Amino acid sequence: MKNPFRSEAEAFRFVLGTAVYFAAIAIAAAAGGFWWGLAVFVVVSVLVGVWFFRREARERPPATAPRHRGGDDERRILVIANETVAGVALRSQIRTATEGYRSHVLVVCPALNSPLKHWASDEDGARAVAQERLGRSLRELEELGIDARGEVGDPDPLQAIEDALRTFGADEIIISTHPEGRSNWLERGVVSGARERFAVPITHVVVDLEVEAATVGESVR
Amino acid sequence: MSAHAEAHDLGHEHHGPPAANVSSGVDARVLGMFLFIASEVMLFGSFFTAYFFVRVVNNPPEWPPEGFHLPVFVAGVNTAILVTSSFTMHWALTSIKRGSRTGLRAGLVLTFLMGFTFLATQVIEYARIGFAPRDNAFTTIFFSLTGLHGAHVFVGLTLLLVATIRAFRGHYSPEHHHGVEIPGIYWHFVDVMWIVVYTTVYII
Repeated sequence: MKNPFRSEAEAFRFVLGTAVYFAAIAIAAAAGGFWWGLAVFVVVSVLVGVWFFRREARERPPATAPRHRGGDDERRILVIANETVAGVALRSQIRTATEGYRSHVLVVCPALNSPLKHWASDEDGARAVAQERLGRSLRELEELGIDARGEVGDPDPLQAIEDALRTFGADEIIISTHPEGRSNWLERGVVSGARERFAVPITHVVVDLEVEAATVGESVR
Repeated sequence: MSAHAEAHDLGHEHHGPPAANVSSGVDARVLGMFLFIASEVMLFGSFFTAYFFVRVVNNPPEWPPEGFHLPVFVAGVNTAILVTSSFTMHWALTSIKRGSRTGLRAGLVLTFLMGFTFLATQVIEYARIGFAPRDNAFTTIFFSLTGLHGAHVFVGLTLLLVATIRAFRGHYSPEHHHGVEIPGIYWHFVDVMWIVVYTTVYII
């Protein structure tokens, strides 16, 4: 539900709406008595309710479309990943996306947390874990010669993207997840949600850490 | 503006305590005001519950009870003054957004004067109303509900006074006017609550 007191302008509109609503009821009650007042109250309340829910359903926030920053040969890639941030498939995709450009890569790791800890604002552990994964991933990207920096972001991946776009902008977003069935983000529709919310090309990379670990194990043997 | 939820920017040495993790959904000051208003709604809700409890339990043939008369007309004029003050408050904020300091100052002064008129009228009406809070349950809840709102108007006037003084000292700009926005939200909330109080207590 939208907060009617989010800004002064919205609060002012709420005052006007409230004044009209109560004035209609009071005038009806004064002119026709209690039952007229009650009837107007019911009718106006239903109308307000219908209008409110229709508007909520109709209103879709405009897609965020960051403008391109830098020259034509520059490319800014925003990577959103958490447990899969150090995955081989992801690194490979980043390399492909940055080839032939002066690239800037921002890797954002949402600090995933349990709902209980989230509501208790106990985020330190989640942020520390995300930071550790991020550090490992950045070191590996550096070894590949990719100029990347990283941040720990909002626990909500879509919000983390929104945040990053405000300061970094991006020509492409890469979202890395576990495979279908093991990915909480896919279950929550993070990739499809991002495609609706952001007017930026979005690449979805599936990182199967189990397969990658097995491959590494075989090559070591 | 939404702040970036940034904990660390790798590659930069950071000294001192870690940067605060800022939620990016709503500005912290606006969120604070929203939570404050939510708690106020609950406070007023408890008073309205008491009012309707008294009214329903007594179930008198007429309301207000026989022998008690409320100054409906004067309160109606007061309502008009308070609703008008919301317009001037909105004008003040719209003005500073457009870069007009004159409009900001005029809007704030007018809003303050109307709020003060409302409060002064209410105090005068209290003195002339002819009953006291201790008389019975109706008078107690009447003074409690309208007095609670009056206290909020007083707080709103204090915020407006600070905003007005700052406006005359050259504060605020089209980019930075949170010091007007926040009292504005509060003032509109006070206005909404009065519309509910007036309709409930004086009209219905």
